[in-house]
Amino acid sequence: MAKFSLITIAVGAMVMAGAHWVHVDYLYFASYTILQFIVLATAWNILGGYCGYVNFGSAAFFAMGAYSSVFIHKIYPLPVPLLILAGAIVSGIAGFGMGYLTLRLRGSFFAIATLALAVVLQTLVVNWEYVGGSRGAYIIRPEEIEFAGITINYIEYLFGLMLLLAVIALITARTIERSQLGFGFATIRDDELAAEASGVPTLRIKLIATTISGAFMGMAGAPFPYYIGYLQPSSAFGLEYAVNSIAMPMIGGTTSWIGPLVGAILLGSAQQYATVTISSAVNLLIVGLMLVAFVIIAPNGLVGLVQGWRRAWRKP
Amino acid sequence: MTALLHVDNISKRFGGFVALDGIELAVEPGERLGLIGPNGSGKSTLVNCICGTLQNESGSVRFDGHVIDGLAAHQRTHRGIARSFQLPRPFHSMNLADNLRIPLLYTVHARLGPLRSAGDLDARCHELLEMVGLAKKAKQMPRDLTQVEMRKLELARAMAAEPKLLIADESMAGLSHSEIEDILALLVKLNERGITIILIEHIMSAVMSFSQRLAVLVSGKKIADGKPEDVVRNPEVVRAYLGQ
Amino acid sequence: MDISWDLLLNAITAGLLLGGFYAAVTAGVSISFGMLDIVNIAHPAFIILGSYIAYFFNIKFGVDPILVSVIALPFFYALGAAVYQVYYLSFEKRGQESLRGLAFFFGLLFVTEVSLILVFGVDYRYVEAAYIGPSLHIGLIDLPLRMLVPCLAALAMFSALQLFVTRTFIGRAIMAVSQDQMALQLMAVDPIRIKRIAFGISIATAAVAGALLIIIQPVEPSVGREYIGRVFAICVLGGLGSMPGTLIAAMLLGVVESLTATFYGPSWAPAVSFGFLLLTLAFRPAGLMGR
Repeated sequence: MAKFSLITIAVGAMVMAGAHWVHVDYLYFASYTILQFIVLATAWNILGGYCGYVNFGSAAFFAMGAYSSVFIHKIYPLPVPLLILAGAIVSGIAGFGMGYLTLRLRGSFFAIATLALAVVLQTLVVNWEYVGGSRGAYIIRPEEIEFAGITINYIEYLFGLMLLLAVIALITARTIERSQLGFGFATIRDDELAAEASGVPTLRIKLIATTISGAFMGMAGAPFPYYIGYLQPSSAFGLEYAVNSIAMPMIGGTTSWIGPLVGAILLGSAQQYATVTISSAVNLLIVGLMLVAFVIIAPNGLVGLVQGWRRAWRKP
Repeated sequence: MTALLHVDNISKRFGGFVALDGIELAVEPGERLGLIGPNGSGKSTLVNCICGTLQNESGSVRFDGHVIDGLAAHQRTHRGIARSFQLPRPFHSMNLADNLRIPLLYTVHARLGPLRSAGDLDARCHELLEMVGLAKKAKQMPRDLTQVEMRKLELARAMAAEPKLLIADESMAGLSHSEIEDILALLVKLNERGITIILIEHIMSAVMSFSQRLAVLVSGKKIADGKPEDVVRNPEVVRAYLGQ
Repeated sequence: MDISWDLLLNAITAGLLLGGFYAAVTAGVSISFGMLDIVNIAHPAFIILGSYIAYFFNIKFGVDPILVSVIALPFFYALGAAVYQVYYLSFEKRGQESLRGLAFFFGLLFVTEVSLILVFGVDYRYVEAAYIGPSLHIGLIDLPLRMLVPCLAALAMFSALQLFVTRTFIGRAIMAVSQDQMALQLMAVDPIRIKRIAFGISIATAAVAGALLIIIQPVEPSVGREYIGRVFAICVLGGLGSMPGTLIAAMLLGVVESLTATFYGPSWAPAVSFGFLLLTLAFRPAGLMGR
């Protein structure tokens, strides 16, 4: 794990340095979105891919992170890293709570409950005047920020934070995957009844998964108001978050940490390109079609396809 | 000597259908109990209620002196009840050795604290696979196994949990005569080490040679419970099950 | 508390009328989820599709929307059968229904919604018919025909379904397949075929429900998503697969939503059904009349 962590941090540092050298604002904005999706897809996959429990309400956990930032900002503007921590706590608790209420049921009921949660939360936020309600909330983003004498562009700062989050998310996912916990997750995905009979405390493990998954989604959402400047419920709870957090891991491959990364980079980049060249509705349509196609044809995603080819190649 | 397992007048319904109707059963430590009955008589439901996969609606289940109603299945496994499933349920994304690693990590370690190094775990998995004759397939995936091999894996996984009480739910269906002999010998050996065993089977020869006591379930009720030779001559048993 | 009785009575009446309509909307999911155990969260998308088809033929050719939906029934049935076939071959057969099946239907929901946006845009659409506008007045109670007619049509469809499921051979086979597939096979009936027929019927009901929807309210593509929670809430609350339970639950939800909208404001209405759903799942997943 230590070696992998060092490698990822090094790659992250190189990306950061490279971006700084190129220094094109639009690229920062576009890459921020992709990095955000890396976190969301990885977070979704911890519960969805590893445990087999589908969460349709990723937008809710993401939005909770965003709105907790707005809420705190109105009281006192804390630095963004602390807001990220707050987002993690709020969404983590929400993940735990939701899990506690619904994880005793079948997987399909859990999935429906996540949908319900997203709508209930959106309704609550729309009716909550303090955070702007349906009119939305403005957050003024400072131009720059100073660290120990060095001044950087604020958008570069946000980009760096999201990059760090992505690195942490990937390291966490990979660590879990290779640990006893990840082993336990796999048994729940494979056969929950047999897992229980073998002594796996399935409820406890599932709660860990929903909490971690929710927390990371909240962390991804916390800097969002600063990034976008004007937060509306329809954008925070937007459908693209729900569909992308599912499509990216499913297209990339759900059984390993690489899948969400691949899916996020490919789909995220494609969507950035499509939104600019075609329309955003068409680009969402393509995502949806790809999801359906992949789920039918390549259930193990791109990673699964590659693994299949390598196996076929090795057979004499 | 108090019974290891005490099933106290338990009942279970599914909607309008009564699966278990006031079942009373006691199993002594170290005993070999056979459980027989026609399909749909409630044998698997009884096993599920004992193991915690289902919760009985009335009555209670006592294990090792404690009431275990309300405990989740994994907690009962930690306390020493292990079972094999009638329709094998392997973890299909892992190879055979890893399938056995799960109960070792989650049950044995949970009880005693991590005692074994990774190498010891591997050795123990191998040993268990050896006992059921699957050692050569340790690195293979469950989808590559035959039905018969999957049943053996089921049994090995139950054994891996180092139980006090092992419930073998129709592990011998489809096995050849010599394979049945092997499994029986294995179960007897486990029993000699002190493990109490409940054997649920349709293969009468196996049941008769293995059981010290025999219980018969028909339509959710226990209709006989005693020495095997007496039970098989019981006219009600003959009528309901054997005479078919 | 000073309640206006007039307002209260009308809110309850509106709720009951709405509830009747909700029962029709849920009937399809009662079949696909309650009996076939298929979590078709795309069902509302099919309903919206039905709405737009009713809209199209109503605006272009002046055909009555309910009539359009009746004509559309066989097409929707075929669509449902086709979707089930894909679902069966890709997921049910491989035993991977849970994760991938859900993702599949989610993808369908999404694709349908976005396609409708691309074709029709995001403006609200509504239909025109003789009964949209006038109301009956009985004492204090207003009965707007645009709600009464769909409610009656919904109850008719609902009763037809209930009769079908209890009286015809295929209907009873559908009930049987949800309880004991093996027994059905032993009776030399192909369970896959029965499930395909059932799913086809489920989607066919969406055609009618869609037409009724666009009579009751203006429709735009994302309206479907509000109904996901309602539909599953009613299904779960009513007890999976129980038609009478579904009707009672639908009426209950309709009344509670109506009262909430009247006394607390319409922006809270979505939270009601989804809140119901969460509470039911948390505390009584077997529903009011569950198996």
